[in-house]
Amino acid sequence: MKKELTVSAIRNGTVIDHLPSNITFKVVEILDISGIESIISVATNLASKKMGKKGIIKIGNKSLTKDEVDKIALIAPDATVNIIKDYEVREKIKVAIPKIIMRIIKCSNPNCITNNEKAATKFSVLMKNPLKVKCSYCERIMEEEDIVIL
Amino acid sequence: MDFKNRDIISINEFSKQELLYILKIAGLMEKKPNPNLLNDKILATLFYEPSTRTRLSFTSSMEQLGGKVIGFASPGVSSVKKGETLWDTMKMVDCYADVTAIRHPLEGSARLAAEASSKPVINAGDGANQHPTQTMLDLFTIQKVKGKLENLHIGLLGDLKYGRTVHSLTVALSHFNPTFYFIAPEALQMPKNYLDELREEGIPFSTEQDLLKVSKKLDVLYVTRIQKERFPDPVEYEKYKGVYKLDMGLLPHIKKELKIMHPLPRVDEIDTSIDETRHAVYFEQAANGIPVRKALLALVLGKIK
Repeated sequence: MKKELTVSAIRNGTVIDHLPSNITFKVVEILDISGIESIISVATNLASKKMGKKGIIKIGNKSLTKDEVDKIALIAPDATVNIIKDYEVREKIKVAIPKIIMRIIKCSNPNCITNNEKAATKFSVLMKNPLKVKCSYCERIMEEEDIVIL
Repeated sequence: MDFKNRDIISINEFSKQELLYILKIAGLMEKKPNPNLLNDKILATLFYEPSTRTRLSFTSSMEQLGGKVIGFASPGVSSVKKGETLWDTMKMVDCYADVTAIRHPLEGSARLAAEASSKPVINAGDGANQHPTQTMLDLFTIQKVKGKLENLHIGLLGDLKYGRTVHSLTVALSHFNPTFYFIAPEALQMPKNYLDELREEGIPFSTEQDLLKVSKKLDVLYVTRIQKERFPDPVEYEKYKGVYKLDMGLLPHIKKELKIMHPLPRVDEIDTSIDETRHAVYFEQAANGIPVRKALLALVLGKIK
């Protein structure tokens, strides 16, 4: 059965699905997609059997980098990322928090070298839910509420 | 065990076996002078923060093994003053030296320095984070004065919140079935994450404010200075400085064999009258920096396997 789409389909690009409604716009923010000239559709509070309500983001002519997928995993660990080619889903990626988080989060320790010299941040993940990470440089342990996405 | 080219950044990266091996080599270094072991080697000491003991002890260790030392004792005399990044400084030092010992006020700096360098880097203190060679010489001292590391009752006293030496020592001693007594004003107690870790590992500990409540149980008492430079607020510092002062009045309340340690410098937390007693081992502890650092230099340069 063909479902009617609330948000129009895209020919090529990425669809980020199964986002909790309340963080849909947060995902838009962390992906920094405001400069993209292709179609971007953002919908939230859509009915979802699994989630009750969900959000969805469709970005035309863009493939997400690994860093971008990892960023989504940090705030929406149940999201799925679909790669669309010619209106078809070519690949479905279940986002996952990596064991090592590179670059995408900021260390909460102001005295950490990564906040004072140009250096990519690196964290090892101690616990996934709730998220708990350890800075590989200053060894500060950060809990979910301290985590700031770059 | 091969330590060649290994960076010495954090005590957390060393297993019990590795720590014991380093202590064994330190013991050998103490017995045998090895004046030509590092003849063709150069150590760079990059000290972005003042230090007496650590820098002199690294320099002396290298020279006693026949090596040479280059470096600076404060950033004011280096290109740092011109705004050079740590990364660039390390790239440059890489061309001039075979091994680097670095002290830096920012946490994580030693790790970054090690990533920039193709040669081994030894962390001589990165802000409030780690000072692994201090921990190793602390272990070496305990092993020497108590004849063992296992099953000891260890008291840690003073600034347990900001003191990196007590954090690292707690982690290192956790390999040896200890019982810990953390003695500090509540505001300067051991951080929660260290206590959580001990709970998880099933290591017995208690937190106290009154030293005399537990002093009779202790085999080792590790005293630390309330560090003015680590306090974000000077008013806070004024509140706690001088809160513990050990003097001869303590002696009736301790075991005959208790050993008192201190990473030095001290301010007034241990009265000089204690220095002459059988309990004081802090100067011996400082002297132990030499065999331990000699062992580490020889190991990371691949001259001892």
